[in-house]
Amino acid sequence: MSERYLFRGNHAIAEGAMRAGCRFFAGYPITPQNEIPEYFSARMPDYGGVFLQTESEIAAINMLFGASAAGVRAMTTSSSPGISLMQEGISYSCGADLPMVIANVVRGGPGLGNIAPAQSDYFQATRGGGHGDYRTPVLAPNSVQEMFEFPKLAFELAERYRTPVIILADGLLGQMIEPLEYTFDPVDPKTLPKKDYILDGCKGRERRVIRSYDLRPGYLEKLNFERIKKYQKIEAEEVRYETDHLDDAEFVIIAYGTCSRVAKAAVRLARNNGVKMGLLRPITLWPFPKKMIEELTGKTRLFIVVEMSMGQMIEDVELVVKGKAPVRLIPHPGGGIPTAREIWERFQQFREEL
Amino acid sequence: MTNEIIIAGFGGQGIISAGMIIAQAGMSEGRYVTFFPSYGAEMRGGTANCSVVVSDEEVASPVVDRPDTLMVMNEPSLIRFEPRVKENGILFFNQTLIKSRPKRKDIKIYPVEANLIAEELGSGRIANMVMLGAFAAVTKTVDLDSLKAAQRVIFKKADEKMHRLNDQALERGYKLING
Amino acid sequence: MRKVYHRPEGLTDTLMRYCPGCGHGIIHRIIAELLVELNIRERTVGIAPVGCSVFADEYFNCDMIQPAHGRGPAVATGLKRANPDLIVFSYQGDGDLAAIGTAEIVHAAARNENFTVIFVNNAIYGMTGGQLAPTTLPNMVSTTTPRGRNTKLAGNPIRVCELLNSLDGPVYINRTSVHTPQWVLKTKKAIKRGFEIQMAKKGFALIEVLSMCPTNWRMSPIESSRWIEEVMSKYYELKLFRDLTKEEK
Repeated sequence: MSERYLFRGNHAIAEGAMRAGCRFFAGYPITPQNEIPEYFSARMPDYGGVFLQTESEIAAINMLFGASAAGVRAMTTSSSPGISLMQEGISYSCGADLPMVIANVVRGGPGLGNIAPAQSDYFQATRGGGHGDYRTPVLAPNSVQEMFEFPKLAFELAERYRTPVIILADGLLGQMIEPLEYTFDPVDPKTLPKKDYILDGCKGRERRVIRSYDLRPGYLEKLNFERIKKYQKIEAEEVRYETDHLDDAEFVIIAYGTCSRVAKAAVRLARNNGVKMGLLRPITLWPFPKKMIEELTGKTRLFIVVEMSMGQMIEDVELVVKGKAPVRLIPHPGGGIPTAREIWERFQQFREEL
Repeated sequence: MTNEIIIAGFGGQGIISAGMIIAQAGMSEGRYVTFFPSYGAEMRGGTANCSVVVSDEEVASPVVDRPDTLMVMNEPSLIRFEPRVKENGILFFNQTLIKSRPKRKDIKIYPVEANLIAEELGSGRIANMVMLGAFAAVTKTVDLDSLKAAQRVIFKKADEKMHRLNDQALERGYKLING
Repeated sequence: MRKVYHRPEGLTDTLMRYCPGCGHGIIHRIIAELLVELNIRERTVGIAPVGCSVFADEYFNCDMIQPAHGRGPAVATGLKRANPDLIVFSYQGDGDLAAIGTAEIVHAAARNENFTVIFVNNAIYGMTGGQLAPTTLPNMVSTTTPRGRNTKLAGNPIRVCELLNSLDGPVYINRTSVHTPQWVLKTKKAIKRGFEIQMAKKGFALIEVLSMCPTNWRMSPIESSRWIEEVMSKYYELKLFRDLTKEEK
């Protein structure tokens, strides 16, 4: 094993982003993600990039709009209330097809809510979140190692498809400390292929315009149909998930992020008790692993969705299962975190009621 | 072997750093570790607690519901966390500051004069190190030497004098058990 | 035959959709001429606002970007910080800059960001059809103050130059107008100064330009010019508020 360092999740995501070539960060303080801008502010000068603490999350996301148009890998991070403020900018960035990475270290809501870990921004992240017809790829890490690695993956997806990409973490993943291994070499942004749409002055070429509007009758509809093709390609090619003990599973837990860690412990507990339980952990929440769930539907006696929200991801599961198998929910809204024991006990109830 | 640990006390008693030192020591021994601190809106003076998991296999849940090992540094933490210790689990309590006594009969209980010993050594702030020494001696989750090395990593900005003091406190705690 | 007047290379060959007598066309032309005269067209990114001049991204013959309403200064900050070799100008109307984008302009000015803002003040929301603007004068009629702006109900106008002049950050603040040929020339000088300050990497420059909106003012173009002379410029004083590069000398 190569060298490992203890890292806080919030520090890992910042370090991972800069190693992935991020050279522009703008953000506004909010708990539980303050360690991210702090880390960027300390390290960005060494990478020769820009760090800016902004007057608001609205300003931050719009600075990314500009920085991305200028061609740099740009990122912002926030927590739920701040992400709500950014929705305008995310919608515009999708309308202008600008790549960028936005990490949400989710806390309890709605409103000011609390600062405890939560997953209640699932709908906002997976449905677009702002106005208009769009989606953004959503990556859900579940360890400090993935907090480090996902910014690189996010930038690659963002640039391949020219779209904002959301990293959906939570307060626990941000505050948690685990060993971290530097699994990739730092990316030198100068070695990345030059983008053919960026605004760098029209010397020697036609002028370029980046905008999200088209008022000519019929044109926007055509444009949006074109953009849908991009989303269809993402749905076909970028689904990511992880499985645990699914081969012979009669009972399947579906959980992401922090909940998937707890669910993994619950699967161990169940297996120790002779119950054939397995885990499906979506890594991309959009695109959602529909095919995998479809395949499981025929052979699963019971799906259990565990989420730190009121029942959001369960809707995506039910859209695939279509009533062909029972689906039960273990929700924890408002900052509660499930435990393996609780999942095990609720499972036993669910099984009796079948 | 998996040891799920909760450490709890006042803010300022070195609860978080104690947890990080265990995690660092466990990692240096090639084990799987995960650490999760409580984080609150108060900056100072509130209660603090953290969970640490040290395991020979990949750590599934970072959330410790029922700890194998509990270390409590103050009275409110004993009251709050004692009922959560697993059957046959282990409880260390800071005898200097905690006046009441644990009630559980189904767990092993170790009183530690953490603050008394720390004051003898010259600083109440290293009571957490005394506790960690006792923890290593009883649970053998990590070696004393690993803890000594780990505190130097976690307190990398402290001076050599402080590092030596921490080592002494770890040893005194260790000798309480293996004296 | 000698050509005495032609479309500057800084403008695209596109028919502008501004109303007769509107000031935007004049201000566009000034900027376009300067892009050529200062030889910066090929390294300039212009920012079009939301409002009548949203179409500025079609008219300026340089790279253009069109962001969300009021966010021009934030987008300019991102562009300029990411690529300091660019020349960036943010073209904004009064609703864009002084209402929805107040936070962005104040903080960009406070940070002394190195770009140039052209702030077109015509005291009305043009594109949406003549509603109250943050710069609508007291008692002035708009479609949402049909009995005239009652400052007790609709609040008071904001004088942007005076507001920003209270900050330490900005290098250059000037208020001009385009209601007479003389003032058009003065406006060109002021905007030129703004670009030069940026080219010298000195920092933030804002040029507020009072501009006619005959359509929504319900006036003829001539009446509109006269109204700026007699009324609007009395409320919004035409003057150089600050030029820190001069104080250095």
